[in-house]
Amino acid sequence: SLTPRGRVLGAQSSRAIRDDDDDDDGFPIRPPPLLRLLLLSSSARSDLVISRVDRQIDLTSHIVRVLSSLKIENAGPDAVSEVLFAFPNMQAKNLAAIKTFYSEGKGKGKSPSIALPTVIVQPEGMPPELTFYSVALPKSLEKGKTLNMDMLAVFTHSLTPFPEEITQADAQLLVYQDSAYYLSPYAVKVQSLGIRLPNGRVESYTKYPNTKLVDSELKYGPFESLPPFSYSPIIVHFENNHPFAVVQELTREIEISHWGNAQITEHYTIVHGGARTKGGFSRIDYQMRTNIRGTSSFSLLTALLPPRAHSIYYRDEIGNISTSTLWADSRKTQFGIQPRFPIFGGWRTTFTIGYSLPLQDFLFESDGKRVLNITYGCPLQEAVVDKLIVVLPEGSKDISASAPFHTKQSEEVKYSHLDIVGRPVVVLEKTNVVPEHNLYFQVFYRFSNLSLLREPLMLATGFFLLFVACIVYMHTDMAISKTSASYLAKLQWDEVQATVQRVQNIFDQYLKVHDKLESSLRDLSRTGDVQSCKAARKAADTQFKELAKELKPMLTFLQSSPQASQIWPKIEELVAKEREMQEKLMQKHSTVVECFEKKLGGREVENRVASLQQKLAALRQEVDNLLEINSTTTL
Amino acid sequence: MAEPAGGGALRNAFGGVLSIFILILIGVLAFSIRLFSVIKYESVIHEFDPYFNYRVTQFLTKNGIYDFWNWFDDRTWYPLGRVIGGTVYPGLTLTAGTMWILNSLNIPLSVETVCVFTAPIFSANASWATYLLTKEVKGAGAGLTAAALLAMVPSYISRSVAGSYDNEAVAIFALIFTFYLYIKTLNTGSLFYATLNAIAYFYMVCSWGGYTFIINLIPMHVLLCIVTGRYSSRLYIAYAPLVVLGTLLAALVPVVGFNAVVTSEHFASFLVFIILHVVALVYYIKRILSPAMFKVAVTLVVTIGMAVCCAVIAILIALVASSPTKGWSGRSLSLLDPTYASKYIPIIASVSEHQPPTWPSYFMDINVLAFLVPAGIIACFLPLSDASSFVVLYLVTSVYFSGVMVRLMLVLAPAACITSGIALSEAFDVFTRSIKFQLPNLFSNSPSAGDNSSESSVSQDVVKNDNHRQVEKSETVPKVKGDNSRPTEKSEAVMKGKQSKKNRKKEKDLEEEDILKPKKERRLLVLPLEASAVAILLLIVLGGFYVVHCVWAAAEAYSAPSIVLTSHSHDGLHVFDDFREAYAWLRHNTDEDDKVASWWDYGYQTSAMANRTVIVDNNTWNNTHIATVGTAMSSPEKAAWEIFNSLDVKYVLVVFGGLVGYPSDDINKFLWMVRIGGGVFPHIKEPDYLRDGQYRIDAQATPTMLNCLMYKLSYYRFIEADGSGFDKVRRTEIGKKHFKLTHFEEAFTTHHWMVRIYKLKPPKNRIKGKWKKSKSSSKSSSKRNGATRKNPWQ
Repeated sequence: SLTPRGRVLGAQSSRAIRDDDDDDDGFPIRPPPLLRLLLLSSSARSDLVISRVDRQIDLTSHIVRVLSSLKIENAGPDAVSEVLFAFPNMQAKNLAAIKTFYSEGKGKGKSPSIALPTVIVQPEGMPPELTFYSVALPKSLEKGKTLNMDMLAVFTHSLTPFPEEITQADAQLLVYQDSAYYLSPYAVKVQSLGIRLPNGRVESYTKYPNTKLVDSELKYGPFESLPPFSYSPIIVHFENNHPFAVVQELTREIEISHWGNAQITEHYTIVHGGARTKGGFSRIDYQMRTNIRGTSSFSLLTALLPPRAHSIYYRDEIGNISTSTLWADSRKTQFGIQPRFPIFGGWRTTFTIGYSLPLQDFLFESDGKRVLNITYGCPLQEAVVDKLIVVLPEGSKDISASAPFHTKQSEEVKYSHLDIVGRPVVVLEKTNVVPEHNLYFQVFYRFSNLSLLREPLMLATGFFLLFVACIVYMHTDMAISKTSASYLAKLQWDEVQATVQRVQNIFDQYLKVHDKLESSLRDLSRTGDVQSCKAARKAADTQFKELAKELKPMLTFLQSSPQASQIWPKIEELVAKEREMQEKLMQKHSTVVECFEKKLGGREVENRVASLQQKLAALRQEVDNLLEINSTTTL
Repeated sequence: MAEPAGGGALRNAFGGVLSIFILILIGVLAFSIRLFSVIKYESVIHEFDPYFNYRVTQFLTKNGIYDFWNWFDDRTWYPLGRVIGGTVYPGLTLTAGTMWILNSLNIPLSVETVCVFTAPIFSANASWATYLLTKEVKGAGAGLTAAALLAMVPSYISRSVAGSYDNEAVAIFALIFTFYLYIKTLNTGSLFYATLNAIAYFYMVCSWGGYTFIINLIPMHVLLCIVTGRYSSRLYIAYAPLVVLGTLLAALVPVVGFNAVVTSEHFASFLVFIILHVVALVYYIKRILSPAMFKVAVTLVVTIGMAVCCAVIAILIALVASSPTKGWSGRSLSLLDPTYASKYIPIIASVSEHQPPTWPSYFMDINVLAFLVPAGIIACFLPLSDASSFVVLYLVTSVYFSGVMVRLMLVLAPAACITSGIALSEAFDVFTRSIKFQLPNLFSNSPSAGDNSSESSVSQDVVKNDNHRQVEKSETVPKVKGDNSRPTEKSEAVMKGKQSKKNRKKEKDLEEEDILKPKKERRLLVLPLEASAVAILLLIVLGGFYVVHCVWAAAEAYSAPSIVLTSHSHDGLHVFDDFREAYAWLRHNTDEDDKVASWWDYGYQTSAMANRTVIVDNNTWNNTHIATVGTAMSSPEKAAWEIFNSLDVKYVLVVFGGLVGYPSDDINKFLWMVRIGGGVFPHIKEPDYLRDGQYRIDAQATPTMLNCLMYKLSYYRFIEADGSGFDKVRRTEIGKKHFKLTHFEEAFTTHHWMVRIYKLKPPKNRIKGKWKKSKSSSKSSSKRNGATRKNPWQ
């Protein structure tokens, strides 16, 4: 059986719907189903009475924000500790966020408001057409007491474009529907409703006796003494050219590197959620008269990035997008991005923005755990988001995440930059995100600083091993057959080369001794010290002998070796030349010394040794040449 | 005084390390000079063909090699499709596809990054290959010079800047490396290198159609060697395995397949293969027979051999005539006869890179190398070896080919670098040697001037004589060769005039002795000190010019990716990103299966960037299909609509530069569309579009021109943009200013009007009323009047 209240509601609803039918003939939208089956079982709830409610509906953007200020009175005998809010299911499915603030006292002396947890509940006996949210009061409301409460509900996709398709030149018209009365499980004494519109251009709206349209504000009410679950649909059809930027899919990836950087990458799929464009897009119309011919499109999005963001990029799958501006100060970084083309209704585009943040701004340590504290939502103003990914560095353990609202959490592994075990990834998914969700969330994990050195060490070891391998390869004999002719020939050739090298060294020493003798002669001409000159000669003699002794086995080896047959004549020539040179030098030396002993004049000495000198120089030149040729042929 | 000869070994070791270090630097130079495009623009794939290669690489990395071989692409050449796996040179794609090695090491590199940087990496490889090749020819010094020159030669840069992901990028490396291995085999006679050579040739076949250059050049060289009597077993080893293995390997590449044996481009190699064997046989017989017997044998064999040769040649000619391509393929034929393409194949002639180059383009592309090349050729003849004769042959043939097609300037560039490297290195060698042998002279002369001590004069004189003799001795050689250094010698002699007559007399004696001596020593070509110093300075300046030019070319001329355009105006840099704007719009705002028609130039870009099905693309394999699109573009609106509708086309894309002055737009390419279209569909006649033989779009233009689809799509509502309809590219006011489109509607036009996309209006509908309604609502109110006034469907 129906309660009297239920009957009242039923009657009112049907009346309201009749009103509607008069108004919106031809509207594609039907009003919500009748709320007839309202059976109130719990008498305790009806103890509360809403003495006054003011609702403000903000329709200026495509996100609908409903702010209700309630004054609740406990009319029943018992203390009440929770308050229920009701939304029709049709609205509730679009509800993106709900927040309740509670403040004690009244008037100006109100204490600062406190946010209260608001949870979805399904009380028994309530009609299934409604969705209920429950707010637990910090302290129970005693009998006869009142309290003030503010409730902000944010809806997305609640504005329906009508007509659904417009041309480039048309303004975008939207339909919004709600109830003129505050839908509540409690009786409402006094209420009023204000709807803020983006501008004064309104096609039509549901009219009530006390309805006013002042500038861009539509006012309903006040209505007095309405029973619980009063509902009276209203429909507003108005112009709104606000950019309907709907981010259909956003993947935000936060990659943490403990070298001091958090790299944030955001992949967007943006669609214009307003009325679809029909007909073509005319650039000339758009360029000449943007205000009129393209009112509903948007071409600029502004992202508010955290301060100290750097290395910012903006691109899509086919390359960089050059139309972006950046403006930064100490408090924020404002990044203006223009998609490649203006976005008209129904058009879509995808792009990626990325930036780096200094890690110390967002990562903290507490009891051995690291805490990442960063905002959830998307930096674009007035947009809607989906998926968030946090990539932690390789080697993180004990991971947990906490967000101020419900998210679907999962863990994955990502491999990047020489990872072996991969980086743990925390995925937080949430649909229907509005700017109200730009709240901080936390990820807790443990990470040892030593793990930082893993990859550099790995690289260093890798290169070290590579070089070791090279050294080993160079020093190992990789020949398969140790007896094959070519292998033996190669060994012999190596030996010949080494011997030639040694021979050359010996000749270099020869030449040094020659130089020494020459310089002793020069000393002689300067100082006249015959004794030291003779000593030098003696020393040179012994050195020559030693060198000759050393040279002998090498020469015999070279002579016998078939591999050296090409070089041998040259070596032979070298030896002969050197010997000749040695003789000549000795001759010169003794002549000069003799001359000095005889105290002959400088000119005389010169004349005596001149021919020797010429020969020596010629020989020296030849020996030098031979040595050089040898060195080039052997290598 | 004299060099400490003991340092020889150490110096060589030091030289080795130094050249490795220089090579690394050359590699870095080759890589980094090509990064201008990334720095000035962005890391993006360039131009047209690279977009196709990029798309193929994406497919390969995603679907794997087997799917790649079997890939039938139905998103291009609609409705014919294209067998990609069998018609593409897979070398480049497979090379870039090997990046999975990096990805398996968890180094995250996107396909795009790999593709963008493939060309610079391979340029570094090409420089190193040039070093190896030139080193085989003329030693390490020439090698280093040639490598440095190649690292920055503008001609090669133009094809291998970062982002220019095209076959040529890897093919030039493959080309040089194949030549190197051939020369290496020729020098060593090692079968190991011969095998490597065949594998390098295989890589070249995989990479580029230009492999026919190799398979014709090497036989030519072999023939040259045989004719000049340079046959050796090394030559046999260098050539025979290459032909056998190389042909077998080449046949493995699907795009070549049996072409490796049936098309006439390869016949030269087989002919030379036979000749080589005949010659080898003759040498063998000569060795085992006595001279008298040999003479008899020769007369016998020559008579029989002539007959056999005639038969073989007859067979070959028959084969050529009966081969599927009727001899040579179009592009190859246009190589032999430069006028062939423009006469018979407009589609080949329409590509700007298939045109013969102009003289300035030689200076632009190889710069000072053009002047160094003759010197290099002379250096190659001193002395002429197998290797240096190959370089000369390579140079001569590539000069010819570059004269036929601008594109083949790329083949000339390595040859020019190698010969110039040889020339520069030889020149530096001579000059520095001259300085080296005269410097000590210079230093010891000056202190002796002030020295008066009689005692020390002995040794000083000794030193002086010693040095003087060096000079004299070395100058004996020029005396024999030519007397250009005579005056110097005299001046030297004058300088030394204060020396005693006795000394001079003795010197003369010595000199005579020297001349009599057998000249076993190294010949020293000594030029006067001042001349050498100045010459070195000039050479450095020349090199400096080259470097400056190359850097300029890399930075300014060849780095533009052509999909992003920039212009500098008084208020700073202006970016024209219209192409990607249009492609992005197509990608996101049209149906996945919509077909987009455009001139074939934009086919690859549309399929890669917009991911939409295209009718024709840059792989011009079906002339008829291209001619169909050309015909549609040259037809009046209704006829064009019917053609496009029959091809299931939804959007038509045209490129229009008239608003901002972008010259390579479709109106400028339009005559080629007419020509190609008219080649297949005779009702399109080129003279209809020309007024007195002149191509014009102003008021004097022919009505056919002013009514064709291309004109209408380009200039639709253009008059409203500036009020007068002034085309900035053609520098004239357009002929027909106010007109309406009846069968097409503007779907999208980019910011600078460079790309305009039109949608085909739906066909004449059965239900007239419904159609009318959709029509009136699709147009803005201003257009509505026109639509009602002139309804094309009634």
